[in-house]
Amino acid sequence: MSDVPDHRGDLPALPTEEMLVNLGPSHPASHGTLRVLLKLDGERIVRAVPEIGYLHRGFEKSAEKGSWTEVIPYTDRLNYNSALLNNVGYCKAVEALLGVEVPPRNQAIRVIVSEMSRIMDHLIAIGTNLVDIGALTNFWYFFNLRERFYRLVEKLCGARLTTSYVRIGSLQHDLYPGFEDDLRALLPEIPRAVADVRGLVERNRIFHERTEGVGAIPAGEAIAYGFTGPCLRACGVPYDVRKSHPYYGYDQLDWDVPVGEAGDARDRILVRFEEILQSARILGQALAKLPAGPIAVADWKVVLPPKERVYGSIEALMGHFKIVMEGIRVPAGEIYDSTEAANGELGFYLVSDGSGRPYRVRVRPPCFPIYSAFPRLVEGQLVADAVAALGGLNVVAGELDR
Amino acid sequence: MGLERPPWDGEALDRLAEAVPGSVARRLDANGQASALVPAAKILDALRFLRDDPRGRFEMLLDLAGVDRLSLPDPLPRLEVVYHLYSVARAARVRLSVRVTEEDPKLPTATGLWPAANWFEREVYDLFGITFQGHPNLKRILCHREFVGHPLRKDYPIRKRQTVADPDPLTDELERPRP
Repeated sequence: MSDVPDHRGDLPALPTEEMLVNLGPSHPASHGTLRVLLKLDGERIVRAVPEIGYLHRGFEKSAEKGSWTEVIPYTDRLNYNSALLNNVGYCKAVEALLGVEVPPRNQAIRVIVSEMSRIMDHLIAIGTNLVDIGALTNFWYFFNLRERFYRLVEKLCGARLTTSYVRIGSLQHDLYPGFEDDLRALLPEIPRAVADVRGLVERNRIFHERTEGVGAIPAGEAIAYGFTGPCLRACGVPYDVRKSHPYYGYDQLDWDVPVGEAGDARDRILVRFEEILQSARILGQALAKLPAGPIAVADWKVVLPPKERVYGSIEALMGHFKIVMEGIRVPAGEIYDSTEAANGELGFYLVSDGSGRPYRVRVRPPCFPIYSAFPRLVEGQLVADAVAALGGLNVVAGELDR
Repeated sequence: MGLERPPWDGEALDRLAEAVPGSVARRLDANGQASALVPAAKILDALRFLRDDPRGRFEMLLDLAGVDRLSLPDPLPRLEVVYHLYSVARAARVRLSVRVTEEDPKLPTATGLWPAANWFEREVYDLFGITFQGHPNLKRILCHREFVGHPLRKDYPIRKRQTVADPDPLTDELERPRP
């Protein structure tokens, strides 16, 4: 081998050329129809240009064409990983404009379905994020638990994803007999699944190296970009609508807002782990305190009268007729109302002209402003980092594009 | 288990009216939510004041929405842009409204104040046809580049369909300066 010349040190510089690569719009790692045009220098991202709108269905336009109630099924399709949270958010906003407050039992049930939904959403977010960086096994641990939640949701409202469970001033129906036992049986499974997956990743060097410092953003900048939810809390900002502007008695339950420090892909995952456990705490307390009583407001201008009354009294018959034919008459005015959805602050800005139809339904999808920071998060990093960062943002095309 | 209203900060709007003369044309407070109608010429000053006012500290542009007022009782000027600001530090909210005419739908961009305004304004431009002057990349965002009209205007027919054959190459955005 001694006759092989040693070229180290005097190699001519290899020619380099910037390359354009499309990530998506249809790619297993892009979590829905997202497209990012990447300008690459080798594996390093020089420029990232996201294009959205591939899943734009005209949610806000469609909402103006029916009654206020007819918007509910569309809300299932915003963040379709946590449809129940969207149902609750929308109905709560309409109720705020109506000036009605749902009974305590309804509020407690909404807390329960919201936290179930949040857990399911976080299970998907963490599970797929880890798959993207090569950790497949935990995906099965989490999807196992998620499947059990889906069965419970299916038993509750007949659908797994497109739930449409919540009604303005009411619910589709009360909990079925035995729901509480079913959910209580599921509660111990939550920390078990989280422990299983944490056991796989928490001391795993690959996990840390793939996520630490990846897609990081400091708190001030995250606020300027409009970050909310787990992505903002990963930066160390303890903003949670449930704590800062409590609704449905969240302030009377004992739970914590977990925060991260670095605002990177790792902290987003770790914050979501902890939020799953906090949601489980909320579920346990909400079940223990679940009040008896009606689920619907006692106002036949807002909720349909019970069927047996409709057949037996003229007042109930008229109430039924008016709601079905004209829709709920929401008084003229405007309101902004928000809830803490799985991805952050889910806001609805509603404008009513006093007819039975929404004049304007503006939804503030939490992942829209978050995703707008994507170039800021990944430019200068590697292509593989872009994939690792994207999963942690949990961008859901359904609510991003509407 | 009462439904608690989030704290809307009317006092911040009082201070705004004092600090930036002419910025609050009318208060639009409704349903317990503090809101002000701001002339288009004053909107940037008003937003900047609210963001930087040490007693306000509205450091987040929470939401930006368009409204077509065509069939509301008070329809003119026709187009409205609604800014929702949030103070994370104080857990306070405030709303500003600006109205522009259909003939001259122009507003200054808020991208210099918040990077979040970039996509929000693109969306309002796309769906309502309001131009944000000085915006670094005022392209359609939800509809495609060959789309004609603005679908959230009330006179845009809901059943109208527009298709596009070719994807946007996006190469024009590669060269733009970073926000």
